[in-house]
Amino acid sequence: MKPPLSKLGDLAPGAWRDVGDLAPGAWRDVGNTQVQAVGQTESTKSTSTTSTPSTAQQKIGTTSSSSETVVKSAALQSNTAGSPEGSRSATSDTSESGVSSAPTTDTAGAASSQEGTQAAVTPPESDIPVHAPYLLIGGGTASFYAFKAIKANDPRAKVLVISEENHLPYMRPPLSKDLWFQTDPEKVEKLEYHPTQNFSVFHASNAYYVDPKKLPHLDKGGVGILHGRRVIYLDAMAKKVHLDDGSEITYDKCLIATGGRPKNLKVVENAGEEIAKRTILFRTIDDFQRLYKVCQETKTVTVVGGGFLGSELAVALGNSGLLNGIKVNQIFPESGVLAKVLPEYLSKWTTRRVEAENVNVIPNQSIETVSYENGQVALGLSSGITLKTDYIVVAVGLEPNTELAKTSGLEIDDVHGGYRVNAEMEARSNIWVAGDASCFYDIQLGRRRVEHYNHARVSGQLAGENMTGAAKPYTYQSSFWSDLGPKVAFEAIGMVDSSLPTVAVFAKSSDDTSAVKAVKDPESSEAVMTAPDEYDKGVVFYMKDKLVVGVLLWNLPYRLTTARQILKDGAENEDLSEVAKLFRIHQTVDQTSDDS
Amino acid sequence: MSYCKQEGKDRIIFATKEDQEKPSTAIIIESIDEEPGLTLPNGDINWHCPCHGSDIFGPCAVEYRDARTCFHNSKADPRGSDCHDSMMPWVRCLTEHSGIDLLGKGEDEEEEEEEEQDDNGFHEALEIDRKKYESSNESNKVNSS
Repeated sequence: MKPPLSKLGDLAPGAWRDVGDLAPGAWRDVGNTQVQAVGQTESTKSTSTTSTPSTAQQKIGTTSSSSETVVKSAALQSNTAGSPEGSRSATSDTSESGVSSAPTTDTAGAASSQEGTQAAVTPPESDIPVHAPYLLIGGGTASFYAFKAIKANDPRAKVLVISEENHLPYMRPPLSKDLWFQTDPEKVEKLEYHPTQNFSVFHASNAYYVDPKKLPHLDKGGVGILHGRRVIYLDAMAKKVHLDDGSEITYDKCLIATGGRPKNLKVVENAGEEIAKRTILFRTIDDFQRLYKVCQETKTVTVVGGGFLGSELAVALGNSGLLNGIKVNQIFPESGVLAKVLPEYLSKWTTRRVEAENVNVIPNQSIETVSYENGQVALGLSSGITLKTDYIVVAVGLEPNTELAKTSGLEIDDVHGGYRVNAEMEARSNIWVAGDASCFYDIQLGRRRVEHYNHARVSGQLAGENMTGAAKPYTYQSSFWSDLGPKVAFEAIGMVDSSLPTVAVFAKSSDDTSAVKAVKDPESSEAVMTAPDEYDKGVVFYMKDKLVVGVLLWNLPYRLTTARQILKDGAENEDLSEVAKLFRIHQTVDQTSDDS
Repeated sequence: MSYCKQEGKDRIIFATKEDQEKPSTAIIIESIDEEPGLTLPNGDINWHCPCHGSDIFGPCAVEYRDARTCFHNSKADPRGSDCHDSMMPWVRCLTEHSGIDLLGKGEDEEEEEEEEQDDNGFHEALEIDRKKYESSNESNKVNSS
């Protein structure tokens, strides 16, 4: 029994998810502002003879990140979301199924292939197969990467996804970032987040999915999504789920990737209907579209929360505010933005950057009363001040969706929340959990729950592989990133928790005068602020028991592989300013120039 | 000059370019657990490569794998020119599933240079077979949506 080591899962109250370096997408080269790579590949080309880890100690400094090319990618095609049925023609199904006597009606089809399993229960809805070899509960990013991994290992796999959302699987990070900086309204309409390409938030277009009711008859398998349905009961012994419409589906292997839902503040929740109409909890495409519309019609929006989601949205709305003439407030109880993640000095510095993005930041305040006054929301703050606003966006964290635990005999982690799973993402026999809802055992860093996009991807892929029998543990650390305006873009890996001691190495500008001024008065954080360049670029190491357990790359793109190696090694007894040299913090590394 | 300061539990070092560019004395064990690209160390195709994009799970995934495998093992010149029989079913499947974009798909590609060429050759081979298929269709008027 290892004690929980980490609270990482909790440290991002407005946790958003990041796209990882695992498999760089095309979408980090977001145009006008800070270009950073989600799409990076940090391939550390080893010049040594062996690539076997462990024994040989090698310096990675000179060779690290020598090739960091972004291969343009991804036709994430635009997509007709919410219309899962439709676009496929009848002819395609018969040719695909290879079953020449393809059923003429759906119910007949279901019955013929599954006879005996239906017993006395009411016949299932015609669009619901009675059995799925692979059943995935939840249709988000973790689920998407799980079924990709399943299909990679088991080419003819039949995968059924049950999703409450009426959208195809999509990535959420652009909803609080890129889409708000998209200048073409038509692209926003189509949820295309990239400034020049037609990449949409959808992982894949509708054409890649098969009709769920035909799934049992496709000898080459496929992935079908049942939209707008919810699993209300999971019977682990019988390997069966019950849906909210009364139907039942048996499975061989099951993934729970139910994600989470945004928390609200009690004081807001209890404030009545008029307040509810003016409150946005932000999570989905629908939430994005609603807030986007609100921003075109209103005068004041107040973001509640200083975590990732709250801060990103504040910056996004600030930008939108410049265009639409709205005033944007951000209010939170901590002393600065991302206070649970960044060391205090960096949190304060970053708060200034957020302010520079047309955001009225109100730190150190909690909301004590909420009332409806003259068509507005009146927020009574702890300072006694009343703040009036047309809308509030509450971004105070995520509640993992773990309802199935009660009905299914699954264990919830009492520290981190989420379903408790082992290092292989397995909860019980034939049941795995990935993404936000998974509290997993990280062999290196201890028990954790992580609410980030890249983690959904990494854990989803791992769970998917293990559902096909891979039996792999979690060893590849996921990462996350954020952008807050043009001057702040960062990536991080491991336990990035501001309660840990940190050692940071920032690139000192060549202009010495400002730095000297700062060092003269080390007690005063104000003195630091007189040299605003100092925190522009650097690396922060988060320490625990003399080991590096987290690495934050502050405006240093394309260095995640190096960070991952430091994390794996732990850099025990190393001089961290020497370790920092491996990150080449004074150099500009980009995807095109690095190879030369 | 580099200098440092302490703020509570947090230590901050401001390092000059000159200091940072001296060789590092840190010893870090290099442990590469990078995701492999299109080809695994043993020469096999890595089906988990992001470069496969959505082809890996789409309705033509099985056909895609056959085509990809043939090309991967092809010794012909040009490479893949002996893969007509493996390419055709994929081409047919793609034609039957409009909306699947065959070129430039793969939501996150991180191939090394050779693999990139490898991939380009693959799509060129596909294009050749696709044209053949289209022209044969024109003469036959095969009924496919």
